[in-house]
Amino acid sequence: MARAALLGRLEWQFGTLAEVVPETPRVSSLYLDVPDWQGHLAGQHVDVRLTADDGYQAERSYSIASAPEDHRLALTVERLEDGEVSPYLVGELRIGDRLELRGPIGGYFVWRGDEQRPLLLVGGGSGVVPLMSMLRHRAHVGNRAPARLLFSSRTLADVIYREELERLAASALGLQVLHTLTREKPAGWTGYTRRVDEAMLREVAWPRQDAPDVFVCGPTPFVEAVASLLVGMGHDARSIKTERFGATGG
Amino acid sequence: MQDMKLDGNAIGGLLREIFAMEMTTAVGTCAHCGAVNEVGRVAVYIHAPGTVVRCPDCEQVLMRVVRGKGRYWVDLTGVRCLELAEPEV
Repeated sequence: MARAALLGRLEWQFGTLAEVVPETPRVSSLYLDVPDWQGHLAGQHVDVRLTADDGYQAERSYSIASAPEDHRLALTVERLEDGEVSPYLVGELRIGDRLELRGPIGGYFVWRGDEQRPLLLVGGGSGVVPLMSMLRHRAHVGNRAPARLLFSSRTLADVIYREELERLAASALGLQVLHTLTREKPAGWTGYTRRVDEAMLREVAWPRQDAPDVFVCGPTPFVEAVASLLVGMGHDARSIKTERFGATGG
Repeated sequence: MQDMKLDGNAIGGLLREIFAMEMTTAVGTCAHCGAVNEVGRVAVYIHAPGTVVRCPDCEQVLMRVVRGKGRYWVDLTGVRCLELAEPEV
């Protein structure tokens, strides 16, 4: 199944929306039934295509949130008010509606689950989505190599998957979840309250001699800042896998 | 146009349309500086209908892709060599 996920021509196919789970005021998870889904690897994405009545088409990429083991394909989508696609996906699409997509796509930003090196995940906002697929996969396969997620959100209300991450950190072996909030310091908050910086990464990241697998996903400026901090701390640039969300999204 | 910058992951679908295989794990050698990078790591600027791919080390153009009118135009001048795994059978 994993091999099939990397090969062959890409065909557009339809999924049917089966369930919507609101994650934050602006972010929802869409659970899709996709007949003949060939399976995917944690970290891969799909392209979604909307076609207007006049034939105009808009295409966007969305990371897969579900684990390969889950029986439905989940996409977690942030609604961008000036976007062309996301306001339709989060707000207009109804249970039972069909959605055109193709995938899975990607082989670079992928964690297979059998690695024994420490796993460091750094996510900014909805950049946590492919990292969540990796953590869900990690729990399914029972990987016990130590893992840490450093997750930057604007406010507590913007933290995607907050309860599930708490459950995973409590139940999945060797997983630590660390949050930082960049625009709020709630009463009683024990996490970080600033942008990711070198001091934070020195506390969270394993030293380079431990050779962690590193995945960084988020908006382009976030990813570039985190990756260059890690390189500055001596990590090999080629051990840091990055995926950028741009202003072209939406 | 710094805000339009993405990376090679963003064109995994487009490249698979053209090459009919997963290309983000392919390894390209920059014709300008000789840097060797996985396609997932390269810098990508999407201005539909065109896509410009740049070397993450020297920022010179590796590849240009234009799609339209049922055709693709692929300029690979900036890629000296592209190395990819043979499909497993």
